[in-house]
Amino acid sequence: MRVLVAMSGGVDSSVAAALLVSGGHDVVGATMKLWGGPSDTGCCSVADVDDARRVAQQLGIAHHVFNFSEEFERHVVGPYVTDHAAWRTPNPCIECNRHLKFDRLLDRADQLGFDAVATGHHARVTREAGGEWTLRRGADPAKDQSYVLYMLGQAQLARVLLPVGELTKSEVRKRASALGLRTAAKPDSQDVCFISRRGGRQAFLGDRIPMRQARVVDMTGAELGELPALELVTVGQRRGLGSLGPVDENAPGAGRRYVVAVDGPSATVTVGPPAAMMVSEIAVVQAAWVAVCPARGERLTLQMSAHGQPVGAWWSDGVVRVEEPVRRVAPGQSVVLYRDDAVVGGAVVR
Amino acid sequence: MRPWLTGRFGNPSGAHQVARAARAAVDDSRDRLAAVVGVDPGGIIFTSGGTEADNLAVLGAIAARPGPVVVTAVEHPAVMEAAVASGQEVRVAPVDVNGLLDLDCLGRLLDRHVTLVSVQLANHETGVIQQLDQIARRVRKHAPEALFHTDAVQAAAWMDLRAATASADLVSVSGHKLGGPQGIGALAGRGRPMLRAILHGGGQERELRSGTQNVAGIVGLAAAAEAAQAGRAADSIRTRILRDQLAADIRGSAPGCVETASSVARLPGHIHLRFSGIESEALLVLLDDAGVCASAGAACASGAMEPSPVLLAMGVDKTDALSSLRLTLGPTTTPGEVAFAARVVPASVQRLRAA
Repeated sequence: MRVLVAMSGGVDSSVAAALLVSGGHDVVGATMKLWGGPSDTGCCSVADVDDARRVAQQLGIAHHVFNFSEEFERHVVGPYVTDHAAWRTPNPCIECNRHLKFDRLLDRADQLGFDAVATGHHARVTREAGGEWTLRRGADPAKDQSYVLYMLGQAQLARVLLPVGELTKSEVRKRASALGLRTAAKPDSQDVCFISRRGGRQAFLGDRIPMRQARVVDMTGAELGELPALELVTVGQRRGLGSLGPVDENAPGAGRRYVVAVDGPSATVTVGPPAAMMVSEIAVVQAAWVAVCPARGERLTLQMSAHGQPVGAWWSDGVVRVEEPVRRVAPGQSVVLYRDDAVVGGAVVR
Repeated sequence: MRPWLTGRFGNPSGAHQVARAARAAVDDSRDRLAAVVGVDPGGIIFTSGGTEADNLAVLGAIAARPGPVVVTAVEHPAVMEAAVASGQEVRVAPVDVNGLLDLDCLGRLLDRHVTLVSVQLANHETGVIQQLDQIARRVRKHAPEALFHTDAVQAAAWMDLRAATASADLVSVSGHKLGGPQGIGALAGRGRPMLRAILHGGGQERELRSGTQNVAGIVGLAAAAEAAQAGRAADSIRTRILRDQLAADIRGSAPGCVETASSVARLPGHIHLRFSGIESEALLVLLDDAGVCASAGAACASGAMEPSPVLLAMGVDKTDALSSLRLTLGPTTTPGEVAFAARVVPASVQRLRAA
């Protein structure tokens, strides 16, 4: 098969490329240049492109750099900023997968006559007896990335290879060092790739959108104080509320206080005890299904963050009902439904 | 070059016989390059390449006499970025749709305060040749105190540099663009140009470029310059015929293809094309796959394609600028290679259109 492998300069995509080469495929590496501004790591820096190119050289495959920075700005960075300005907390990695890796890059690969695009994600693609494609969790539960791939439908899965999904992370590293790949011991990328560690989200957003002072109230509406930047407050947040003074000693779960709601128009943040955080249904939009929309009565499991603990759940037209109450999920975040280890689909919290 | 990298590997500034031999090789090469370029040997300053020669011209002129710098909008980054980095006022002279400098606009940017005017002899992407003699007259008239520099790196293989040094005070050349080695270049000046060094140290190259000379590179540069001069007339005619044939073939079989600046004087080996609706990034992958080595203009540090500032300056929009292809032919390019490219380029464009 002719395979275009997306090489970020990390160990997973390095090993993905190596596995494909040793599997006898005709492999070409490509690094997407996504971000032109300052950043620390992850798909964007010159040092990462160097690593990808050096690994490609070592594997004896061609390597290209594709400049998708305009699309990245349009589909990932721009919406990240406007969502925050609308008091939502988006997941830019999911939007990057949706619009860049598995749309723009896949189109480019088609255009260039490749049969498939491969990435270093820890997840698995399998084909059922009926010809249907299934997206499954990666072999390493601690590194499983199926959550960030929920937007992949049948058309994409038919053209996507995830070679490291069968391996654990330590196996990936072992493979890399056995092959002498320079990325073998490179740390995993962590944060949002276009935000530098130094200034963080606050500096990044502060340069792009005005920050409004927020009024903070408790569940009864009583005023507790103020926070400097409404746009940086996220539902579910616990840190950074210390300036509001001590919590009510008599309240249940004293000592812990969470952001329960953010009301943009009135610039009001409502905080409450852990019990106030719990919900039994989540309203969502932009549902995307790997195959078909699940039946209403079917018990599935729901995962609410990249490595969150799955809970029993049912889908019902734009709402996910959960078996037992769960913590509120911030609007803009994604939730993903599974059937056993297979992704059914996911959606964005309203 | 080989003797100077092996048995006769001496430092030209030394005081022993191996050093003297190296010194003689450098002096001899200086004479030979000076003859090709049309300056006195004392006017040749060897550098690490075209970029350093351009930087020395721009920053060296400013160091000697601070003041505004005038450059064209289509200069190579080695000139443009040096000018910007100098901290001096940078006046950018616009070009027309063919990339030619507008003489009247240039005239309006000139005054007696200007310290340096830098206009490339031929463009690195389009091959478009500027009318240096006319430009020099304007410079003399409106900015008599200014040094006039030309980046002749791209043109050196194809044009008589004696004409360039007749117009300009300072001329940059580079080894590898002349068919010589990489990592060597020179700044050629008429008389003793008013420059100050930008690299400080042992005072080599008449105190204008410190650092032990790259003897093998210098020998290679001089030999390449002489060879280029000797073959120039025949090579130019031959290459121009092949180039025009290739351009006509591609335009004839790839619809939506526009040849940039085809109506003005260009270097014989350059073809610059734009294919509407095509992304050159994708086109280059297909060409590379088929064995055609081409480029598309500007790339950033990571190797990613950027819209070419040259094309933007010529009024080409961003999308069009990202649909371009630069093919260059050299004296060694064969009719067979040209015929191959004439088949592969349109076929690749069609394939991208069909996808």
